Parts: sequence; structure tokens; C-alpha cells
Amino acid sequence: MPLEVQIEKRLPEFTLDVTFTCGDEPLSVLGPSGAGKTMLLRCIAGLERARRGRVALGSRVLFDSSKSVHLRPRDRRVGMLFQHFALFPNKTVGENVAFGLQKLPRHEQQQRVTALLERTRIIGVESRYPRQISGGEQQRAALARALAIDPEALLLDEPLSALDTHLRSQMETQLQETFAAYRRPALLVTHNIEEAYRLGERMLVLSRGRVAAFGGKDEIFRRPPSLEVARLTGCKNFSRARMISIGMVEAVDWGCQLRVAHELAAAVTHLGIRAHEIDFVEMNSGAPQENVFPCRLVRSSETPFRVTLYLSLRQSGGATSENSSFDLQAEVTKETFRRIRERPLPWLIQLRPGSIFLLPDESSQQS
Amino acid sequence: MPLTALVVYAAPSVPIDWSPLRISLETSVVATVVTFVAGMATAVWRQRRTGFVSALVDGICLLPLVLPPTVVGFFLLLLFGRNGPLGKLLMRFGATVVFSWPATVIAAAVVAFPLMYLSARAALEQVDSRFFEAARTLGASEWRVFHAVALPLAWPGVLAGTILSFARALGEFGATLMLAGDIPGRTATIPIAIYFAVESDDIQHALTWSAADVAISLALLGGLYYWTHARGRGRWDRR
Repeated sequence: MPLEVQIEKRLPEFTLDVTFTCGDEPLSVLGPSGAGKTMLLRCIAGLERARRGRVALGSRVLFDSSKSVHLRPRDRRVGMLFQHFALFPNKTVGENVAFGLQKLPRHEQQQRVTALLERTRIIGVESRYPRQISGGEQQRAALARALAIDPEALLLDEPLSALDTHLRSQMETQLQETFAAYRRPALLVTHNIEEAYRLGERMLVLSRGRVAAFGGKDEIFRRPPSLEVARLTGCKNFSRARMISIGMVEAVDWGCQLRVAHELAAAVTHLGIRAHEIDFVEMNSGAPQENVFPCRLVRSSETPFRVTLYLSLRQSGGATSENSSFDLQAEVTKETFRRIRERPLPWLIQLRPGSIFLLPDESSQQS
Repeated sequence: MPLTALVVYAAPSVPIDWSPLRISLETSVVATVVTFVAGMATAVWRQRRTGFVSALVDGICLLPLVLPPTVVGFFLLLLFGRNGPLGKLLMRFGATVVFSWPATVIAAAVVAFPLMYLSARAALEQVDSRFFEAARTLGASEWRVFHAVALPLAWPGVLAGTILSFARALGEFGATLMLAGDIPGRTATIPIAIYFAVESDDIQHALTWSAADVAISLALLGGLYYWTHARGRGRWDRR
């Protein structure tokens, strides 16, 4: 049963205006903090009332402003996992999970609780209070509690943000398993790009209350529809773009001309390339190469396994070469970095035409 | 020690009429129950509201706290008197409130109400509203949200408010005298008995009742401290 959402709600800073449909698969909602993600979930759960719109689960209408339908949260059968789990502190884990099962007879409640706790893989904490268990266990308990009402849709508000880093990947696997077994609409709100990509099948990018992109996650990451979406999906390198001829474009901010693979539409104002798509190539490697430029290393920053290189395309040299401004960020493995370091200066980078995004800047057009 | 001495000194030579103690306790218990229900209901109603109406309600709810009890008693007299709107209504059912035992309850409840309301409101406001929302998404009715989630989580503050209300009801004098008068065995509570004992130079009775009042209040306030501080919030709050 698909979840159809069309919501318009005025917020202090902008209007939340979102339309999408979520089938029986997880949809990740990605956006920066304050983009309206949590408000969207609250409207679907019925905790907030939208000014206009319609929310339906298959044929079941949860909200319809034109018909004055606004089901109470308790009648919606929409499971919600709150950001900090909101487990009742005065109830044991078992009582928390059983909270939504009140209408069932006692022994049946007990069976369901045991099954749910097994399903979310927490054993032996049933009679403990939320304060007495770990963050990961709290998350699992909250998930079990939300699943207990056999919800027709599942809403998860930043489910991993309250957890320590080492627990995250573990809980991510747990969520993936849960989604695989759930097979109903599930919305997962996050501001973490990797989480959004790994957990959702499809993706909705939200920015200041608007849908900036909606579709298959690979499609959105491969060809972001706008400058904003490219930025929100983690693209680091942007330049203003000016068309020179068909297939050729000037990257104004980088001071170079680039051959591009895609047609240049009139709306395109910027171009971009992801940090890990920048290739370091060797000189004299045979055939003439497209979009190869010498560069200068301004500085670098290391994480345990990868290195980010801040590069300048301007070979100004001399006194101004200490200038710390950079044009591009490239991300390589430490292994690659060791190889590049052996090469003579200047290093050569290639911005492959197929990797270059051509982007309209929708936000500036609107304002 | 001084307290015991006081009681021993005050022990009357003539058989004492214990009715003021009974009336005071009965009145305070019933008034506290009424105040608890009314105060909790108002606090819950007020919970998610802002704006002029709720501010006005707030003001009215707190009035008995700041007005002299005689003024409260006078208003109640106007309300429940022969020509008062509520008095007339009750007359139709053949009931009069003024100078009857229920009047002591009404006076005590009205005067104790602000304490219950303030404590309950503060206690409910301190509970994270996400607990209520989680309960609602899990299919709970508003009544269940209240008794299974809100009340237990707000309990220490609610308990404090209840005990303060009881203590205030026990000490109520002005409004009670105005509305219920001093009818021995029916409306004469401990404070009223003390007032008239002093007025008629009956120091022994005045001392006896004063000592009783001090003892009860002390026990209540000590109990309040024990319940809310020394004993801790509850087993779920411990690690």
C-alpha cells in the first residue's frame, strides 16, 4: 500500500510544501537541519496538522484538508521512531514494547513482545528500565515498540544520530534487516549522506521545505538535478559555468576550459565534480587526454584511510604561491597518495567529461 | 520536646470535644480529592494552550492565592447565598450550602486549588512532550496518555501539590468562617475552634488545637520532603 503525501504547512522561516509517493520500500529523506524533515514526519503521523494537503495509505485517507479529514495519531497506525527514542522511562523495556498491544489478552501480549524483541535482537533486557540499557538497546527497543502496533507505515526520525559512531554501522545493519522484512512504506529522515544512501532505496532531498530531488538514489547521486542537490549529496567542487561552444564550457572560478559529455542546457549556471572523481594522471601516457590540468597542492588533510588534497589550478608560483586558496578538493586513498607523491611536479589531474555535473542553480533563480 | 510539653500543659481537665479534629480531617481529605481532580484537569487542559483565554484562566485560578480569604469567602457567600446563582440552583433540589458541612469543603477546596494547579502544571510542563506523542502514535487514548504516561512521570510534583493542598485546606480559616460559620460539631474546624477558644479566653482548648495543627502540618511537610527528596524519584530512575 503506497503512502501518498501532499503537504503544505507554513513554518516560521519557510513553507513546507512537499509532494511524493512512497511505495513498499524504504525512502530516505535527506536534508540539512532545519529543512523541515521532522515536521514532514510529524504531519504524516498526525502530531501536527498541515494547512493544506492530503495524506493517504492506499485507500485509507489519514488527512485531507479539502474534506476536513484529520485522523488522530492513535487512529493512523503509523509507527514513529523518535529521535531520542522517547522510551517511557517509568516502564520496563517489556512494558514499553507492550504499550501499543493493550487490546490483546495478556498472554498474547507476552508472546508478541518476546517475538518483537527477538526480531530486533535484544534479549535479556525485558525487565530492565530504559536508563539501565545501552543506547543501541534503547534504539532496538524503540523500534520493537513502534513495530508492535503492526504499523502500515514506519517513520524514523534520525534513528542513528543519538548513537555512538561504533554503534551506528551495527544499527544500520539492523535497520536494513528490519526494512527487508517490513515491506511497507518506510520513511527515514537523516542529514547524513551515507546513511541516506545505504538505507533508502529511493531518496527525497529536502531543502527549505521544498523537494529538491526525488527518485532513485543512484540517479540522484549520478546526475544531481541542481547545484543545491549536488551540494546536499556531498559534491565538494563547484564553479560558475559559461558556455563556449557545443561540448565546451568555461569553468569561471577555476580559470580553465572543460570538455563536457552532456548537452549544455540554457539553465545551466554551474558545474561540479565530486572529490573522489578527480583522477591523477601521468605525463606522456600516450594519446592526448581531455581536461588534463597541472595543479599545485595547497594543503592536505588526512583521515585514517583517506586523504583530502586541496588543489590550486593556478600556477602563479613565486611569492603568491603561498596563497592558501584552493580550487578543487580531491579525495584519494592513502595508497594512491603515496604513489602520487613520488611523481614529479606539477601533478596532473584529469576532470573526465563524464564525471562533470552541469547544474542549474534553482535557488538563485527563485529568489 | 517543646511540643510534648505544650500538649501536656494544654491537656484539659474537662472532657474534650474532639469534633473539630474530625471535621478538619474530613473536610481536608474531601477538599483535597476535589482539588486534585479539578487542579489536574485544569492543568491538563492548559497544557497545550497559549493565548488570551488560557492566560485569563490562569489569572482566575490563581486569584484565591492572592486575595484575602475573607474576600474569597465573601464571593462564595454571594455565589452560594439565597440569592446567588448557585444558591438558587441548589435550592431547587432543596439543598442549602451556606452554614453546612459541604461549605467547609467548598471553602477549603477553593483556597487550596491554586497550589494544586500550580504544582501540577509545573510538573506536567517538565515532562518531555515526546513521551505523550509516542503514546499517541501507539494508539493510546488521551485518558491513557494521562494516567499511564503523564501522571507517573509528573508524579513527584503532583504529589507535592497534593500535600501542599491538604496542608492549606487544613489551615483554612477566613473563607470557611464566612461561608460555613462556627457550628460546633458540624462546621467548626480546628482553626475556627482555636479562634473562638481564644475569644472566650479558653486558653487550654486553644493550645490543644494549636498543638494538634502544628503536629499534623509538621508530619505532612516532613513527609513531603521525605517522599520528594530523601526517597528519590522511583526505582526506574536509578541506574
